[in-house]
Amino acid sequence: MKTAHPRKRLAVAITAASMLALTACGGSGFDESAEEGGEQTQATDAPVSVLIGSSGDAETEAVNTAVDAWASESGVEASVIVASDLTQQLSQGFASGEPADVFYLSTDAFAGYAANGSLEPYGEDLENKDDYYPALREAFTYEDQLYCAPKDFSTLGLIINTAMWEEAGLTEEDIPTNWDELSAVAEQLTTDDVVGLGFSPEFQRLGVFTAQAGGGLVTDGEATVASPENAEALGYVKQMMTDGVAAYSSDLGAGWGGEAFGKGLAAMVIEGNWIAGAMTNDFPDIAYQVAELPAGPSGQGTLQFTNCWGIAADSDNVEGAKALVEHLTSPESQLAFAEAFGVMPSLQSVASDWSEQYPDLAAFIAGGEYAQNLPAQQGAADVLSELNSQLESLESSEPQQILESVQPLMESVLAG
Amino acid sequence: MTSHQASQSKPARSAPQRRGSIRGRQGLAGWLFIAPIILILGLFLVIPVLMAAWVSVSDWTGRGSPFSGSVNFVGTENYSTILGGEGLIGRDFGTSIRNNFYYVVLVVPLQTALSLFLAVMVNRQILKGRGFFRTAFYFPSVTSSVAITVLWLFLFSATGVVNKVLSFFAIEGPNWFQDPRGVLHILLGVVGLDQAPDALQDPAFLGISGWEWLAGPSVAMTAFVLMAIFTTSGTFMLLFIAALQNVSGEVQEAAMMDGATGWQRFRRVTLPMLRPTLFTVLTLGLIGTWQVFDQIYTGTQGGPAKTTLTPAYLSFNSAFVDQQWGVGAAIAFVLFAIIVVLTLVQRWALRERDVPRRRRMVPAGVSGGSSAAAAPGIAAPKDEKRDTH
Repeated sequence: MKTAHPRKRLAVAITAASMLALTACGGSGFDESAEEGGEQTQATDAPVSVLIGSSGDAETEAVNTAVDAWASESGVEASVIVASDLTQQLSQGFASGEPADVFYLSTDAFAGYAANGSLEPYGEDLENKDDYYPALREAFTYEDQLYCAPKDFSTLGLIINTAMWEEAGLTEEDIPTNWDELSAVAEQLTTDDVVGLGFSPEFQRLGVFTAQAGGGLVTDGEATVASPENAEALGYVKQMMTDGVAAYSSDLGAGWGGEAFGKGLAAMVIEGNWIAGAMTNDFPDIAYQVAELPAGPSGQGTLQFTNCWGIAADSDNVEGAKALVEHLTSPESQLAFAEAFGVMPSLQSVASDWSEQYPDLAAFIAGGEYAQNLPAQQGAADVLSELNSQLESLESSEPQQILESVQPLMESVLAG
Repeated sequence: MTSHQASQSKPARSAPQRRGSIRGRQGLAGWLFIAPIILILGLFLVIPVLMAAWVSVSDWTGRGSPFSGSVNFVGTENYSTILGGEGLIGRDFGTSIRNNFYYVVLVVPLQTALSLFLAVMVNRQILKGRGFFRTAFYFPSVTSSVAITVLWLFLFSATGVVNKVLSFFAIEGPNWFQDPRGVLHILLGVVGLDQAPDALQDPAFLGISGWEWLAGPSVAMTAFVLMAIFTTSGTFMLLFIAALQNVSGEVQEAAMMDGATGWQRFRRVTLPMLRPTLFTVLTLGLIGTWQVFDQIYTGTQGGPAKTTLTPAYLSFNSAFVDQQWGVGAAIAFVLFAIIVVLTLVQRWALRERDVPRRRRMVPAGVSGGSSAAAAPGIAAPKDEKRDTH
């Protein structure tokens, strides 16, 4: 190739230089916003944006009402944005240095954001911080600091189709209180078209059995995936599946446990309190009852799921955001949310009000006493999904082998 | 007409003089004219790509600018994490490459063959209602991939239409999107080989055992393969129709006069003349299938048992969900490398070999003319070769 003509070279150089200049502009722009954030401590009038991942109109409406009430009271402008994909939109916000001020934060994402400094650790400043369930506080504690206020929580219970229950000749007395009784009623409820017990194919449901057996994926900071307790629990589940009295919702042709239950494919399912909304909306004709899960060899156990109100470290109005969160987690707001979309308040002092108001769902909040958190360390979500991918073939594999293959993965997550 | 022809043929003939005159003001004007697009491409393409390249060799955590002082250069750490096959992400990456490999191997040849077949069929003068069929076959390509995915989930559910139809033939269909079994494993199971032989149990490549590599596409992935063929063959059919219409009737007649049968005419006359289009279709197919994302994101999220996990989805997931931005960017660049290498291989395989002139049934001029018209935008291998000499 011949050497390029000087003028051509010049043009290329100019273009390259202008591109570099553009890069520089972009770069410094990002830097600015990143440095600005996190240092502001005085209350400002900057508007507060709230990013939520909503379960539906009822939830959006309820959050809107609560946020509007606070805005008119405090005089700070506040708006609610409903995310179409909360995780992605949060990540985008943090990367650009312009995150939403207040947002829903799941336990899965919590550790990652806490570790990279995206979150404002305001939890210790909360007036009612001692009123939260201890296990919920623990879920949002990173390096001994409570980062954010638990928004609400849900536990898993045993959902029973009352029509099928009566048809099988069972009464209130027969509600299972231990594993033997559970498999016995599951067998009685199983017919040609209906399986006795159904659940989604994931540890987020099967974990109740490991909790009841006294196991868990992480115990006191140590990976205990391959513990004999967990193997016993999965062995028990596998036995029920082999006997044909229990099945995964996916094998029944349903997307999740609630759908299998609503379609009458399973007489009992293990689900959380969100099932109440789903039943009202999608399957209003099915009568059901919620019971506490039976006890295993080591007593009662269930899993709990929660979110917190995260505040961005880069927020322009951290003080305003804190005040808003205080308002959103107040007993009144929490009870309003509970009424609107069926969540359970994260404050212990409101629990009895809640059970009185919703006696049908009281079994869920009773589970709060003995519920386990799923591990939420950074990277634990990936380990859980690896475990889930193996649990899909639980019926044809050896529980101990599954657990042993996941054990080193959990160990490396805890180590790193 | 004559002046038009003259202006068309001029550049080719007077190229040497023109090249000289670029030294004048015209060169600068040229740069001015393309400056806007260079700026736009630079701003929205080159700079983001460079930023991503930087992220892939840094420890950026997703907060603030990747160019801020707190972000460190970590060399090839992210790449070795995924390519070393170690840890969960390494194994996931291996699995995703395995899944996508089978997807490509099935989709690309099948969709190319089907689209060529459809194009030949709807290009026949004898066919009544050609317009209708062309529209019908093209229709799936127009529909949004998300909508088609939802439709597919519905069709292939455990009690869906597909299984209902299969049950008419006394076949019990699988629970398509929930079935993680590999098709090859199922076939091997039929001949009694349902456990991994000892030799295939250790991690072989990218952290996955030989037995896992031999799993083939899972039943769930097969449903996606069918979907890809269904949606894309319409688009490529259109390209082939355009190319077929450039094959002049005289050539066909001449071949007929030489006594070539219908199949011989297709095999020895039509197909060689479609080579540039074939190249286009295969290249677009390769790129599209290695980048499969929408279907996975809206459909299965990588499940069941990670058998529909693809590198594109894994890259998204590592970056946005796990906050492993460096790893996510590294996966994207490895994917880019795979696509480039495979395109080059394909280009080499499809190159025009030096066939002795007397064995050619097509006059060189006709072939060259059709290639330029049939593959707009993508240079035919033949033309490339001419340029380099």
